[in-house]
Amino acid sequence: MAAHLSSGRVNLTALREAGRRELREFLDKCAGSKAIVWDEYLTGPFGLIAQYSLLKEHEVEKMFTLKPGRLPQADVRNIIFFVRPRLELMDIITDNVRREDRGRSPQRDFHILFVPRRSLLCEQWLKEQGVLGSFIHREQYSLDLIPFDGDLLSMESESAFKECYLENDQTSLYHAAKGLMTLQALYGTIPQIFGKGDCARHVANMMIRMKREFPGSQNSIFPVFDTLLLLDRNVDLLTPLATQLTYEGLIDEIYGIQNTYVKLPPEKFAPKKQGEGGKDLPTEPKKLQLNSAEELYAEIRDKNFNAVGSVLSKKAKIISAAFEERHHAKTVGEIKQFVSQLPHMQAARSSLANHTSIAELIKDITTVSCYCIGFYSFPTASEDFFDNLTVEQEFMSGIDTDKVNNYIEDCIAQKHSLIKILRLVCLQSVCNNGLKQKVLDHYKREILQTYGYEHILTLNNLEKAGLLKLQTGGRNNYPTIRKTLRLWMDDVNEQNPNDISYVYSGYAPLSVRLAQLLARPGWRSIEEVLKMLPGPHFEERQQLPTGLQKKRQHGENRVTLVFFLGGVTYAEIAALRFLSQMEDGGTEYVIATTKLINGTTWIKSLMEKLEPAPF
Amino acid sequence: MDCYTANWNPLGEEAFYRKFELYTMEWGLREDLRDCLVAAAPYGGPIALLKNNARKEKSPSARPLLEIYSASGLLLASIPWKSGQLVQLGWTASEDLLCIQEDGTVLIYNLFCEFKRHFSMGNEVLQNHVLEAKVFHTEYGTGVAILTGAHRFSLTTNIDDLKLRRMPEVPGLQKPPSCWAVLTQDRVTIVLLAVGQDLYLLDNTSCSVVTPPGMSPSAGAYLQMAVSFNYRCLALFTDTGYIWMGLATLKDKLCEFNSTIRSAPKQMVWCTRPRSRQRAVVLAWDRQLMVAGNSTECIRFVLDEDSYLVPEPDGVRILSRTSHEFLHEIPEASQEIFKIASMAPGALLLEAQKEYEKESQKADEYLREIKDQKLLPEAVSQCIEAAGYEHEPETQKSLLRAASFGKCFIDKFPPESFVRMCQDLRVLNSIRDYQIGIPLTFTQYKRLTIEVLLDRLVLRRLYPLAIRICEYLRLPEIQGVSRILAHWACYKVQQKDKSDEEVAYAINQKLGDTPGISYSEIAARAYDCGRTELAIKLLEYEPRSGEQVPLLLKMKRSKLALSKAIESGDTDLVYTVVLHLKNELNRGTFFMTLQNQPVALSLYRQFCKHQERETLKDLYNQDDNHQELGNFHVHSSYSEKRIEGRVGALQNAVDEYYKAKNEFAAKATEDQIKLLRLQRHLQEDFDKPYLDLSLHNTVSTLIQDGHHKKAEQLYREFKIPDKRYWWLKISALATRGDWEEMEKFSKSKKSPIGYLPFVEIAVKHHNRYEAKKYAPRVTPEQRVKAFILVGDLEQAADAAIEHKNEAEMNLVLSKCSASTDSAVMEKLNRARAQLLKK
Repeated sequence: MAAHLSSGRVNLTALREAGRRELREFLDKCAGSKAIVWDEYLTGPFGLIAQYSLLKEHEVEKMFTLKPGRLPQADVRNIIFFVRPRLELMDIITDNVRREDRGRSPQRDFHILFVPRRSLLCEQWLKEQGVLGSFIHREQYSLDLIPFDGDLLSMESESAFKECYLENDQTSLYHAAKGLMTLQALYGTIPQIFGKGDCARHVANMMIRMKREFPGSQNSIFPVFDTLLLLDRNVDLLTPLATQLTYEGLIDEIYGIQNTYVKLPPEKFAPKKQGEGGKDLPTEPKKLQLNSAEELYAEIRDKNFNAVGSVLSKKAKIISAAFEERHHAKTVGEIKQFVSQLPHMQAARSSLANHTSIAELIKDITTVSCYCIGFYSFPTASEDFFDNLTVEQEFMSGIDTDKVNNYIEDCIAQKHSLIKILRLVCLQSVCNNGLKQKVLDHYKREILQTYGYEHILTLNNLEKAGLLKLQTGGRNNYPTIRKTLRLWMDDVNEQNPNDISYVYSGYAPLSVRLAQLLARPGWRSIEEVLKMLPGPHFEERQQLPTGLQKKRQHGENRVTLVFFLGGVTYAEIAALRFLSQMEDGGTEYVIATTKLINGTTWIKSLMEKLEPAPF
Repeated sequence: MDCYTANWNPLGEEAFYRKFELYTMEWGLREDLRDCLVAAAPYGGPIALLKNNARKEKSPSARPLLEIYSASGLLLASIPWKSGQLVQLGWTASEDLLCIQEDGTVLIYNLFCEFKRHFSMGNEVLQNHVLEAKVFHTEYGTGVAILTGAHRFSLTTNIDDLKLRRMPEVPGLQKPPSCWAVLTQDRVTIVLLAVGQDLYLLDNTSCSVVTPPGMSPSAGAYLQMAVSFNYRCLALFTDTGYIWMGLATLKDKLCEFNSTIRSAPKQMVWCTRPRSRQRAVVLAWDRQLMVAGNSTECIRFVLDEDSYLVPEPDGVRILSRTSHEFLHEIPEASQEIFKIASMAPGALLLEAQKEYEKESQKADEYLREIKDQKLLPEAVSQCIEAAGYEHEPETQKSLLRAASFGKCFIDKFPPESFVRMCQDLRVLNSIRDYQIGIPLTFTQYKRLTIEVLLDRLVLRRLYPLAIRICEYLRLPEIQGVSRILAHWACYKVQQKDKSDEEVAYAINQKLGDTPGISYSEIAARAYDCGRTELAIKLLEYEPRSGEQVPLLLKMKRSKLALSKAIESGDTDLVYTVVLHLKNELNRGTFFMTLQNQPVALSLYRQFCKHQERETLKDLYNQDDNHQELGNFHVHSSYSEKRIEGRVGALQNAVDEYYKAKNEFAAKATEDQIKLLRLQRHLQEDFDKPYLDLSLHNTVSTLIQDGHHKKAEQLYREFKIPDKRYWWLKISALATRGDWEEMEKFSKSKKSPIGYLPFVEIAVKHHNRYEAKKYAPRVTPEQRVKAFILVGDLEQAADAAIEHKNEAEMNLVLSKCSASTDSAVMEKLNRARAQLLKK
């Protein structure tokens, strides 16, 4: 069930096991039958640690969603609140507890499990409300880094970027540091720490401090990771704004992947049975889990979408050939062997069918194949996708970034989605190291007039985060950065890539380039550019006892953990995986982040939601 | 060594008892012990003496003196006794001294005579006074039992969890009992008392008369009783000199003895050894000491001095003015080895080793004799065990040497027991030194455990020795050295004669970063002693902020707590301090404090955003942060229920934006107000919801509803760029289906967006007829696209051919169907072929 976690260089099953153990221990503390009241945001991440069956084994009989009012009837001994330590949630819990019928028998016991950390503030809050005493167990569940895949960890902290860069609230960084400490407790002290950015510096400082807090617990585990690279998202604001062009990236851009699950329009997944002629098309969205446990997906997820088709058709041939085998099976032994392979073949076939459908869905949107459908046609989604991409690529390669862009103007005039507009404008601003006052004001005015004045706060947030800014000093240093780091590659090979730029069909993600250059030849070669990017860059070493120092086997790869503070995109992950697989790369990467993001979810998290009160 | 057994005294057939000196007492005592209240703690513990207690006159010079000595008679501390009349002294299991006063108050001192606390044994005791008191130990802890002047018993089984129990009355009791004792059976504490010839048992609820089995009817009245160390055995002494020894349950008699001494002994205590079958009691009269057991004979010693008996689990200590002795039954291993003419393997091995040292061949003979019986391992074990029972290092050494010698002749003798014994004896010898004065026997040491022994050394402030023992035994740091250092530090902070700097420096020098040290605990102790500054200095060394902050808050150093919390990065901790500060300081000072701590300020802003928005405004006001104030007003305008309220709030925002020199935001917000006002009029005029539509949607709605003039007015007033206005207008007109107006509009002036959008929008609304009107006006570059859109392939083909553009030709071709458009296809193919030829 968790095979995908142990497939990578670092066995992340251990981390999940540690998480499961902690959960079981807590559940067993509350003896008897229980109901869990969920902070809704937590259910997704929890699903990656433990399925309902585990909870059931520990006498969890009911599950509710946390909401104000009276708790639902449930004949259980214990009510356990699984919540993040937030005051607004404490208010709901207070309401729940106050409305509990004191007369009912048997009385239900209340408990709180704070995720990921117990909070004095919340407990003080509950105390002031006079309900703190109602809780028998108040504990914490340090679910910081959740294993998503064999080489991927995420904290799924939605607002981490906003909190760090807009609100100067570094709570999520504290959790990140704690998570890294847990990781080190399981996988050994990481001897080298590199970082770039203010948040990275802060996290590294906290790690060093936390290590000092427990001098006695000398870690005696042989280190699995050689290097930790901490990267601030605001060092590379560009990458998430661009449209990801890997298979997985596009699925996320178009349908959104949440906690490894994606919901897809059902039409293409209709069971193909003859005769029924699409009588009952499914109406529920098709829900699929996407991770490397699925062989085919592991193979194509990180490919440029243009290279996916050929793989799929090759696979289709292999599979039908395999099914053809049965006609050649003559002896009983051969038939037996064929049958024994059937389950695997059928799984492969259904996996192929799913991904062929998904690829078709994506293709409809991304490819300018048919300009018109019949004669009566108008600009299609695909044409728009193409135009949008063209503009993005122009910006990233440094073309006309300093003046008002016609396409953006036209999109505003036609009221395309605001997030799309914001992505483009921000992209232009970042690629031009800020916009001229006139250009910036024009865009802002256009947006406010078209989408409403309430977005003034959103625009302000984007400016605070540096996504949108006024060019000061009149110098645009993006071309220097682009050239030095080779961010734009004209000769990109999408089918058989030789550089990470394939993930954006030309643009090489800056963040990943930094990781690549760190491994070889080292950051010293790019000091000048590093100084142009925000925040300090640094290196720290953590002393290891002599017995644990690594004697590297010849040809053994180094393992680097890259931690993206503020979020990472699937395309960046794909690029790092590409580097891991390079034959002479010498480094394998494991990726950790505060949140898996794409341009849309990222911009959304920065938007101010203002609902006018009805007059 | 021939005289080794000289001090062995046989009792019966099997048992030997010996008495030897532990220490010559150093205390130079002038008083007789009988004139003092004496209490000695078991396990070689300290001795408390209260001198002059009997004298009633209260001249200050003759005030009673409370003194505490080590077992070797070194003075640990003394104080003049200023409190009430003392009846009894006793020691708790953790070596605190209990001083029981006549009025039932019990004062607790540590072994340096420092007062710790007191408690009372209750009102009844206060009224009737304490006649006698006993301190006893049970599994619950240390207990105190009181016999009051009213001949009633009160007791508590655990002084640390005080629950007073008043025992039932003994019917007809007119005078105090001749003797009594506290027993515990099955976790119940009971009192046994003797009145004349009767024995009574008091439990929680009742009083019963009991008769010990096998008690001679002519034994007479009870004078004295003794309970063994483990509460299992009971001895009774009667006025005929008869001694009954049996189980404390009074269910079995073990043995009896007739001492022929009719006067009551001053003390009677049990002298047994764990796991020994021998039972014996030691009785002390003024000039005589007697050991009586299961034999018709007894052992008698003459006492030169007034003596005091201290029962131990494996023997009896005897204290006098000049010496401190130990009396015990010789353990089996020692008997085997040292008994005259013993042929036990251990004895032979000891001989063999001695001969070996003399370089005599007899060594071989002895050795062979043991080996022939295959008893060499046993011999070695015997020697090791016996070494443990010896007090003299010389004897220990010779036994260990013999064991080591014997080991050489055994294959793979496990070394642990030998090594362990060597280590244990080194520890024991070092603590038995008279300067330390803890005469623990091996048996006691094993029962006490090394942890408790270390605690006791810490209690005596013998930190260096304790640390050396830890290091020598290689105890893990957290259990061993760190714990001791922490205790040392807690003691150190109480030294008032040293400056804060000195103490803090000394502590850090010693402790450094030793694992498991909690500086905050030491700091808490310093704070308890009133040394706040020292506590703060110590907290500097505490690496865990989580530990620093609560103590700093307790000490009212909130600002320091705040910076510590920030350093830790733990935002929850920061919040905690911030909210603490908010309650503690007045608003102005609170804001000022936050001003210097940006991290705390941002977190507090977050808090306010969710909990008290109004405070947020005050915070921004204080910073003169007009931009944020503007944002704040914009934000709050959206919760206004009335349009005037909204406009008012937005007007505030405008003012703030101007102050912030954010011209753009100010203008935009002014526009917003203007729009709102306009929308209100539109809403009234057209009876249709306009409020909160964006400018774009407002204009679009106006056009859709045919209010073209109004739309035009807004377009001008808000300076909507031409391009966007054209896009807006044609899509609104198309939605309305007003193709006529659209055509008019298209001719009003040259379109800033070209004419392809007209085509597209008409096609989008399925009006090919209208679309066709605009196709020819599309710029040449886009014309092919336009014609394809309207479905005029022929014109599209012509345009493509005219452009000589192969891609366009291909595009048109792809739209053609062979059946209907063959002519067009042919034309295109021809043109393409021609193009390719060139």
